[in-house]
Amino acid sequence: MSASTVIFYILAAVIIGGGMLAVTERKIFRSAVYLLFSLVGIAGLYFYLNYEFLGAVQIVVYVGGIVVLIIFSIFLTVESGSDMKNPNFIRALFSVLAAVFATSLVLWILKAHTFVASTTEALEPSTRNIGRQMLSTGEHGYILPFEVVSILLLAAMIGCIVIAMKLKPKA
Amino acid sequence: MNEIGLMHILVISTSLFFIGVYGFLTRRNMISMLMSVELILNAVNLNFVAFNKFLYPGQLSGLFFIIFNIAIAAAEAAVAIAIIINLYRNHRSIDINDATTMKF
Repeated sequence: MSASTVIFYILAAVIIGGGMLAVTERKIFRSAVYLLFSLVGIAGLYFYLNYEFLGAVQIVVYVGGIVVLIIFSIFLTVESGSDMKNPNFIRALFSVLAAVFATSLVLWILKAHTFVASTTEALEPSTRNIGRQMLSTGEHGYILPFEVVSILLLAAMIGCIVIAMKLKPKA
Repeated sequence: MNEIGLMHILVISTSLFFIGVYGFLTRRNMISMLMSVELILNAVNLNFVAFNKFLYPGQLSGLFFIIFNIAIAAAEAAVAIAIIINLYRNHRSIDINDATTMKF
């Protein structure tokens, strides 16, 4: 086994193990920390596949943004030290069965399917290429979704402020 | 099995997706359910990367899908957390079974 294979399997173990602990751990704060491990593992996998820009975005947005937001909201709402209720046994049993059955079905289909790779020349996912394509108005340009997403983010920001705002009763 | 290929990454993303589904079905705490949704979204992103890298290396479409996906996921998480905090203020609980005010 080469070093690269070993690194891949370590990343896979971090991702799957972190995910499993995140959904089964009973203390919610620990569960958030395990989620953090899983997301960092995915960023590592992006770096492993030479998508450096994507790995950086994953770390900045997910690890630096969403997980921190989740941890803040844990502190604001539940007592982070207390255990969550155990899931209903019947519900847990059927969820496990559904997940295992669906995973094996998907893996079986994947095994039976042969993927045909396109033979076009590889385009390097460098930041230069990404930036040119992102802001290009020509063919394969992504300027319109870029602008639409900026409007969506503005709308989400205003929506969050309005939803979470505490209305003062009028004197 | 020595060379890391498409299948390896698809197996990881499939497992992660259904781990997220399991969490979403068993957890009754809204923040935990949100965390499971994040796991599911990340599994999907991993799929996009794998297909872009191994099947269509001549384009960057998968990569752009993920960038926009991440932006939308951030917006979604922010709105969800605002709703959860507001719900906690009104009900003193974020258990999904307690939020029955609008139930018919």
